Amino acid sequence: MYQILKQIVKTGIKTEAPPQPDQALRVAAARLEDAMSRTLGRALVIRQIDAGSCNGCEAEIHALSNPYYNLEGLGIKFAASPKHADLLLVTGPVAKNMEVAVKRAYECTPHPKLVVAVGDCGISGGIFGESYASCGRVANVIPVDVVVPGCPPTPEALLIGILTAISAK
Amino acid sequence: MKLLAQELSFETLTGAVAAHRALADEAGLLAFCRAVKETGGRLVALWGGDLRDRGQGEGFALHVAFGIETGLAIVSLPLPAANPEYPDLSEIFPAANRLQRAVFDLLGIRARGGDPRPWLRHANWPEDFFPLRRDCDASRTFPPQNEDYAFVRVEGDGVHEIAVGPIHAGIIEPGHFRFSIVGEKVLRLEERFGWTHKGIEKRFEQMTLADGYRLAGRVSGDSTVAYAWAYCQAAESLGNAVVPPRALWLRALFLERERVANHLGDLGYLGNDAALSFGLAQFMRLKEDWLRLSGALFGHRMMMDAIVPGGVAADLSQQGGEQISAQCDAIEREAAILKNIYDEHAGLQDRFLTTGRLLPSLAAELSVCGLVGRASSQTWDLRTQNPVVPYDRLETQIATHRAGDVAARVAVRFEELFESLRLIRLIVARLPQGERLLPLVRPGAEDAMGIGWVEGWRGDVLVALEAGSDGRIRRCHCHDPSWLIWPALEHAIMGNIVPDFPLINKSFNLSYSGQDL
Repeated sequence: MYQILKQIVKTGIKTEAPPQPDQALRVAAARLEDAMSRTLGRALVIRQIDAGSCNGCEAEIHALSNPYYNLEGLGIKFAASPKHADLLLVTGPVAKNMEVAVKRAYECTPHPKLVVAVGDCGISGGIFGESYASCGRVANVIPVDVVVPGCPPTPEALLIGILTAISAK
Repeated sequence: MKLLAQELSFETLTGAVAAHRALADEAGLLAFCRAVKETGGRLVALWGGDLRDRGQGEGFALHVAFGIETGLAIVSLPLPAANPEYPDLSEIFPAANRLQRAVFDLLGIRARGGDPRPWLRHANWPEDFFPLRRDCDASRTFPPQNEDYAFVRVEGDGVHEIAVGPIHAGIIEPGHFRFSIVGEKVLRLEERFGWTHKGIEKRFEQMTLADGYRLAGRVSGDSTVAYAWAYCQAAESLGNAVVPPRALWLRALFLERERVANHLGDLGYLGNDAALSFGLAQFMRLKEDWLRLSGALFGHRMMMDAIVPGGVAADLSQQGGEQISAQCDAIEREAAILKNIYDEHAGLQDRFLTTGRLLPSLAAELSVCGLVGRASSQTWDLRTQNPVVPYDRLETQIATHRAGDVAARVAVRFEELFESLRLIRLIVARLPQGERLLPLVRPGAEDAMGIGWVEGWRGDVLVALEAGSDGRIRRCHCHDPSWLIWPALEHAIMGNIVPDFPLINKSFNLSYSGQDL
């Protein structure tokens, strides 16, 4: 126990200031009222869905929870069920085999059903494109509010995208 | 040449990898499979190809790759155009089961008497639609269907099922786990994958040798360096390209940095899954420091697209080398403190020890490779057994344990982490001067096969590449080590309790995208 406490004290606080939202990432009009986003902004619940990604985006989404970005410190957390989520964070081209599952998760999500499409694949299908096995971009399967470009996006870019989705217009 | 005292006549493939290839008939293939098994070798990969467009009388081909003392041995079995079938190899190598089913889903060539259930096809395209056939129009789309997959049912008093996935309850790739349990105890686990199948191998056929490395680097994002290197080895062997020494040493630097990044993350999550969130916060902090330096020096935190055919796209300055060495020292100090805390933590060790055991005998039977294999006495590591430049000069120490439990897989990760830090400092100190990129590869002969084989952090990644004389890719098969390790997880969980599954699964940490393709 002493070693753990010593290490915690020695490490100190690593958390950095969060970035600002970027309205240019919106692909749909803002749907949250000012008052609502002020409330929600401090208590957002995200359900992450890998719809067919290479797992690169997931690696960077994991980084959001490290002490530097400290997502939970901003009042944002990941939930296990779409039924508990305000926002879906969707990666990958949507694999054909995931199409039904992604639609079902979206249907289960309560309003406001915000959707952030992550990465070049989520935005356009990326290098995988559309085929018998790939539905391409996330917007081909469910409505999208905000996109985060990158292959994969850096944790900072992801954070900007998430904060944009819950910002007022 | 002859291998394992068998009749087959092998020829040596050109390129960096120690690989030999032979044509065989059914009897020859079966005899070679048995010889590999009896001499302690293992199955590495199994894939197929469509040669019908090559001329009258051509059909399909089945390729089977084995790991033996001399390196990689590939046996190719020609199959007729009509009713292509081959003998079921899963009776000799049980791990062939899913590989054979995937080959059927993609090409329509069948293992006679094998498991008839689909693997990659989830009823979302028709039964007679085989995307990897040359005449198949892969841009066709079909409406999704609900699949009624024939899971093996366990029956008896009090037995019930837990169905998990495809969307998992965390930030994880999609897959489906079907547990049959009594109370908390797991009687059986059956995995069902293929959810992230996105047609990668067909997509390769629209690309050229020069640009395919980008797609290879996105087969499994956490192993982007291993895949890109294996792809480039294959492309370079086709064209007989000479890669400058500096580029080869930089490739090894990238590969070891990828290994360290993944091991740091896994060690954090393993602590977290046993309720020590302190471990996650600490290791994820170290991983972030690590990724940031990669981003600053090489232009990408995960070093995607840093390895290109003919060399590398990123270089290292003297100052960059000093930063890397200093960071290795710092991470080594911190990781040693954390290892001590993990080792001394009774609650953590109680969760790790004897949990999710994979016995060495079973690991050998299932051809288990990679770090999971090494934690169960399967001493395979290409960096020591079939070292390419610069590993032939680095004397990599292999990390192995016998216990095969979560604790052993944690121990292997710690040992490999420290060994990689040593290798990285050595590479930086001895990095040769000179060119880092030579002009790209010319395609080889029409029927040539280029092979890449790289020990990624998870295990050995294989790329088998064929291209036309115009430089267009004819066939590119990417093989992830996860194919051979996932089946072992079904055994390792047996008799454990359901709440230990996340911990056991994390200790394996296998790829979904890498094998769904």
